[in-house]
Amino acid sequence: MNTRTVVTGVIGADAHAVGNKIIAFALNEAGFKVVNLGVMVSQEEFIEAALETNADAILVSSLYGHGEIDCQGLREKCNEAGLEGIPLLAGGNLVVGKQNFEDVALRFDKMGFTRIYPPGTTIDTTIDELKEILKMN
Amino acid sequence: MIYLTVDFGSTYTKLTVIDGKAKKILGTSSAFTTISSDVMCGFEKALSTLKQKIGEFQYDKLLICSSAAGGLKMVALGLVPDLTAKAAKMAAASAGAKVIKTYAYEISRSEAEEISQIQPDIVLLCGGTDGGNKAVVLANAHRLAQSKVPFAIIYAGNKSASDEVADIFTAANRDFIITDNVMPQFNVLNTVPAKECIHKLFITRIIQAKGLSRVQNLTEYEIIPTPLAVLNACELLSQGTNQSKGIGDFMAIDIGGATTDIYSMSRGYPSIDNVMYKGLPEPYGKRTVEGDLGMRYSLTSLLENINLDLLSKTTGIPATQINEWVEACDKEPNRIAPPTSTAAMIEQILARQAVQLAVERHVGVYTKAFTPMGEVYTLSGKDLINIPSVIGIGGVIVNSQNPISILRGCLYSASSYEYAKPKSPQFLCDSKYIFASMGLLSLVDPELALSLLKQEIKILTLDTKHYENSKQKIVTR
Repeated sequence: MNTRTVVTGVIGADAHAVGNKIIAFALNEAGFKVVNLGVMVSQEEFIEAALETNADAILVSSLYGHGEIDCQGLREKCNEAGLEGIPLLAGGNLVVGKQNFEDVALRFDKMGFTRIYPPGTTIDTTIDELKEILKMN
Repeated sequence: MIYLTVDFGSTYTKLTVIDGKAKKILGTSSAFTTISSDVMCGFEKALSTLKQKIGEFQYDKLLICSSAAGGLKMVALGLVPDLTAKAAKMAAASAGAKVIKTYAYEISRSEAEEISQIQPDIVLLCGGTDGGNKAVVLANAHRLAQSKVPFAIIYAGNKSASDEVADIFTAANRDFIITDNVMPQFNVLNTVPAKECIHKLFITRIIQAKGLSRVQNLTEYEIIPTPLAVLNACELLSQGTNQSKGIGDFMAIDIGGATTDIYSMSRGYPSIDNVMYKGLPEPYGKRTVEGDLGMRYSLTSLLENINLDLLSKTTGIPATQINEWVEACDKEPNRIAPPTSTAAMIEQILARQAVQLAVERHVGVYTKAFTPMGEVYTLSGKDLINIPSVIGIGGVIVNSQNPISILRGCLYSASSYEYAKPKSPQFLCDSKYIFASMGLLSLVDPELALSLLKQEIKILTLDTKHYENSKQKIVTR
C-alpha cells in the first residue's frame, strides 16, 4: 500500500497538547506518515509543511473555542499555495458555547472544509473517514 | 615544530608563523593578493616581509585557507523559504561558502538567468522531504541544467526524486553530486552530507579553477575555505579540547569588504518563560553570511538597507556626505578613510549598521501571541540575549579607532524587542587577526591553537586604544 502523509496540529493560539499527541499516535498506528506540528500552529505552518512533505490531507485540531476564526481563509491560502483540493479536516471544540452542530458544519463547509467533527468524536471515526476520502480501502 | 599558515583573502594574503614548542606566535605579515596574475607573487612578498620582521626561518608545516577570487561562491535552492530553502542556505554557509542568493519554490526563467549571471562555483539544489514534493526539484533541475555557466551542482533534496534528477543532469552533461537530503523529515536537519560534498568539490574543482593548484602542491594538507577555518576556530575556542576547557558561549562578528559574517556558538535556548519553540532547529555553531552587507564591494547595497534620513538625523552627518563617501568607495574599493576624518566617522557608522542588520538576520525572533492562558511568546531561531561575549574579527573592526562603537550594533534594543540580540556582553577583539590561522592550526594541533586563541583574544575597554594592555580575565558563563 502507498503510505499516505497527513499533516496535523493544533491551530492558532491554542496550546492543548494532550489530544494532539493522541491523534498523532493513532494516525501513526493506522499506517499514516504523520507530520505533527504540535500546538500553536499558524495556517502558514500547516501549508508549508504540506508543501514540503507533499501531504495528502491536513487535519486541524482546536480545543479553545476560537477554531472557527482560526480556520477562516485556510482553504483559500491552500489554493494560493498550489494545494488545490487537499482534504481539510477539523475537530475538537471548534466554536464558543453549545451551538447546534449542523449549523457549525454548514459554516465550515462554506469555508471549504472537507469534514468537521463535533466534540466527543473518537479518533477511529476520523481515521475511517480519512481512509475513505483518500480512497485507501 | 614551526607552522606557517596562509590565508589568501580577496584583498590581502595574510601569513602567520607559529612556534609550536614555545607555544607562541612569532609574527604576522600581509601583502596584496595577486590572484589575477600568479597568486605566488603575493605569497612570496608577504613571506619576505615576514622574514624581514622576525629573521630567517624554516617552516615544518604549511597550512592554507583561501577566500580569494570571490571565495566559494554559492547559490542555494529550496522549496519553502522557511524550510528547505533555509536548510540549504544553512548547509552552504556552514561549509564556508559565500551564499550569494537563496531561491525558493519553482524558479522562473529570469531567476535561472540571474543564477547564471551570479556565476556561482556551486549550486546546492534542495527541496521536499524524503517522499515529499518532487515536482519543484525536478522543474528546478531542468532549469539549472539549461544554464550555459558550468557550475557544479549538488543535489540534496527529496531522495525519491534523486534518480530523475541524476538523469536530467547526466543528459545535460553537467558536473553534479547526489547526496542525502538536507531535510529528510519535516523539521529534521541533516546538513553534514551536503557540507562534505561542498568540501569535496572545493578541493577537486574550485582550487584549480581559482588558480590555487600550485599552492596546493606546496602542502600535504588540503586547502579549505577561510570562513570554514574561522568557524573551526570559533568551535574550538568555545568548546575547548579533551584536555582544556573552552570559553563557552560567544558570538563573533566579521565585517569584510564584500560580506558580513556572524558566528554564534550557543544552543540559544529561550531566556524567558512561556516560550514555544518554532521553526528549524539550529546548530550549536551557526554561521550566517550576508552578501549584501559589506564595507566596499557591498557598500552600495548596505546603504540601500539603511534608513539614511534617520541615520543622518541621529549622527548629525548630512546624508549627502554619506552618499558621497559610498560613491567614492564604490569607484575605488582600495580607498582608506584617513583617521579622525569625517570619512572615518562615516565608515564607523556604516559598519555599525552592517553589524546591526547582520545580527538581526542571525538571531532568533520572538513573536507575541495572546491565548486564553495569557500572553505567550514563540521563538524561531536562537535566543542570544544572555550571550556573555561578542568577539570582533576581521580588518574593519580590528583596524578601527573605536571597535566597540561598531560592535555595539549587535546589542538588543527595546524598539526592536523581537530580535533576541545580546543585552550586555563583554566585547573582545581578535587584535592580531589570527582566527583563520588558528582554525587551520586546530586541524593539526588543537591544543596549541586553543591556548594561542586564549592568549591573543583581548578584551576591549571603552578606552579603546589600550586593549592590548588590558589584563582583564575573559568572563565565561
